[in-house]
Amino acid sequence: MTIGTQAQPLSGVPSRESLADKLQAVLPKIVLAPSMAITLVFTYGFIVWSLVLSFTNSRMLPNYDFIGLSNYSKLFSMDRWTVAYTNLFIFGFLFIVIAICVGTLLAILLDQKIRAEGVLRTIYLYPFALSLIVTGTAWKWILNPEIGIEKLMHDIGFSRFQFDWLVDKDMAIYTIVIAAVWQASGFVMAIMLAGLRGVDNSIIKAAQIDGATMPTIYRRIILPIMRPIFFSCFIILSHLAIKSFDLVVVLTAGGPGYSSDLPATFMYQYAFGRNQIGIGSASAMITLMGFIAILIPYLYSELRKKKHG
Amino acid sequence: MTGLNKTLTAATFAALISGQAHAGNVEVLHYWTSGGEAAALAILQKMMKDEGHSWTDFAVAGGGGETAMTVLKSRAISGNPPSASMIAGPEIAQWGDLGVLAKLDEVATSEGWDALLPKAVADIHKYQGSYVAAPVNVHRINWMWMNKSILDQVNGGQVPQSWDEFFAFMDKAKQAGFIAFAHGGQDWQDATVFEQVALGVGGDDWYRQAFVELDKQALSSDTMTQAFATFKKLKSYMDPGMPGRDWNLTTAMVIDGKAAVQIMGDWAKGEFAAAGKQPGKDYVCATVPGTQNAFNFNVDAFMMFAQKSKEAQAAQQDLSRLLVSKEFQEEFNLKKGSIPVRPDVSLARYDSCAKQSMSDFQASAKSGSLVPSFAHAMAMEPAVSGAVYDVVTNFFNDNDMTADAATSRLVSAIELAQ
Repeated sequence: MTIGTQAQPLSGVPSRESLADKLQAVLPKIVLAPSMAITLVFTYGFIVWSLVLSFTNSRMLPNYDFIGLSNYSKLFSMDRWTVAYTNLFIFGFLFIVIAICVGTLLAILLDQKIRAEGVLRTIYLYPFALSLIVTGTAWKWILNPEIGIEKLMHDIGFSRFQFDWLVDKDMAIYTIVIAAVWQASGFVMAIMLAGLRGVDNSIIKAAQIDGATMPTIYRRIILPIMRPIFFSCFIILSHLAIKSFDLVVVLTAGGPGYSSDLPATFMYQYAFGRNQIGIGSASAMITLMGFIAILIPYLYSELRKKKHG
Repeated sequence: MTGLNKTLTAATFAALISGQAHAGNVEVLHYWTSGGEAAALAILQKMMKDEGHSWTDFAVAGGGGETAMTVLKSRAISGNPPSASMIAGPEIAQWGDLGVLAKLDEVATSEGWDALLPKAVADIHKYQGSYVAAPVNVHRINWMWMNKSILDQVNGGQVPQSWDEFFAFMDKAKQAGFIAFAHGGQDWQDATVFEQVALGVGGDDWYRQAFVELDKQALSSDTMTQAFATFKKLKSYMDPGMPGRDWNLTTAMVIDGKAAVQIMGDWAKGEFAAAGKQPGKDYVCATVPGTQNAFNFNVDAFMMFAQKSKEAQAAQQDLSRLLVSKEFQEEFNLKKGSIPVRPDVSLARYDSCAKQSMSDFQASAKSGSLVPSFAHAMAMEPAVSGAVYDVVTNFFNDNDMTADAATSRLVSAIELAQ
């Protein structure tokens, strides 16, 4: 019995055939059911559980004494949380903007039919293959005033040179931006390059015949065509930014003080280090809402497109 | 099946389904994975084997024990806790509230723990009047570690006794071109130094009111403001590479003669010993100014979880007895750098710092000036000590915050965390 044969179902077909049809109809559902169930429980189920916990006064272990919104009001009266989410805005904005700019620029330069493109592309993409732990450790050394760039500049004679952002309370968050941009811009470049290669050559030819210069062609024609690709990059980078954890832990450990804390490190610290699961869950929910605020416009635009198409 | 084979099978079986209570087996969760720590623990394993019990090692790496505690919580929730877990301080009481701990009263009575242990130490390891954890060592935190040659060179070998003398010493060391104060800018190190400054400035009674009883009046007092101000003053004697530096690298600066002094618990002694340095000859250990009569302690303990089978219970009681026994305490603390919790252990093989630590510990226990360390989880539950960490480290790193502002922020942060 072959499942694939779609013999006319209505004209007195033996019941075997219809069984095959039925099987064919339910098979994808059966195959997908376990992963669906796992996703439902371990992603959405746990989101709901975190939501429930954020309304309880859970300390060391989860409990179900509901205390309303008091965890949220506590959260927003905490200086450390203010620092954490302010940092997320600074870090997220700079990281996304700079990584996209650098990535696009690299892609455009690589797109000029240069020699050894394959090698260069690999070189730029390689940082993305490194674990954030490695990136963090390397940049921790590079930025350390005692052994890194500052020491190097002093050693070659620039004794007034100062670059101590890593240990400066007001600048530490920017060192995380530097390391994160270094990590991700090669990835943006790869996506952009694919996009650039997808642009129809005849449009460019036509513009050249009309006398447009290359910069104008990029600005007025190619980059606008690539709008959806920019959007994909934006979505990918923004979720990377919101869930950033390992880079902060390795590079600054949230310090000096807690000046470079991000919501993810805050959540871990409170839920697991300080036995305040309630407040930790509340901070996780706020972080989730932040991401939903970005995701919904994205889903909206995606789904609308399908309707029209 | 031969007897040997049987034992082997039983041991393998026990190892395979660890946690499930089996004949005379203890499963011990700990995070002592560094060389010295592992060596100290090996002594205990051998002693348990000599008693005829088997040992399942449940080591979870990660110095601060955060990971280990997370694993422990998940095991306890699923109803399958290990026999014993390393833990310190008031968190024991939080576990007691969950009703999962085993009582050690029988062992405690027959071994006379109440008579051996100072009340301040014993109380931490009891839940509702019963022992639920066995203490293994005492670390003293109010130590300063000085490089002897720098001390001789700039201060004529004089150990500073008051904060005035201390800052005079700092000035001289700084002028002589040394890093005067060695510090690692991590939140727990900030808290450790602040705690000693507070104890030195305010004395043990005030310290106890403020950081153990969390008395609002003591917390918001002028003494607190003064403690914050003194703590901030230390910052001008530190080097710019301080933020984020690990404590052992900081100790190495004192060992190498780059820095004059470090305030740190007696685990720092291990670093000096590993570098082949002698107390009194290469380095000097002395109490932090103003804390000469007080003893700021941190006690490591093993907390016991209720076990189902008779054999596991018996093994657990034996483990508890061994942990506090004279032989184990002597050997273990020699390796760990700390001092024994019981007074009747021979100190012949210990160094002069440990001997001083021991006699101060006994004296403080008598006079009631033993104070638990909040920087090392002995005085407050984690939520509160975390809040204090935040205020201390933020104040220390913020050049514009005044000591007054820090005091009022400390009060509100503690209220919020309770």
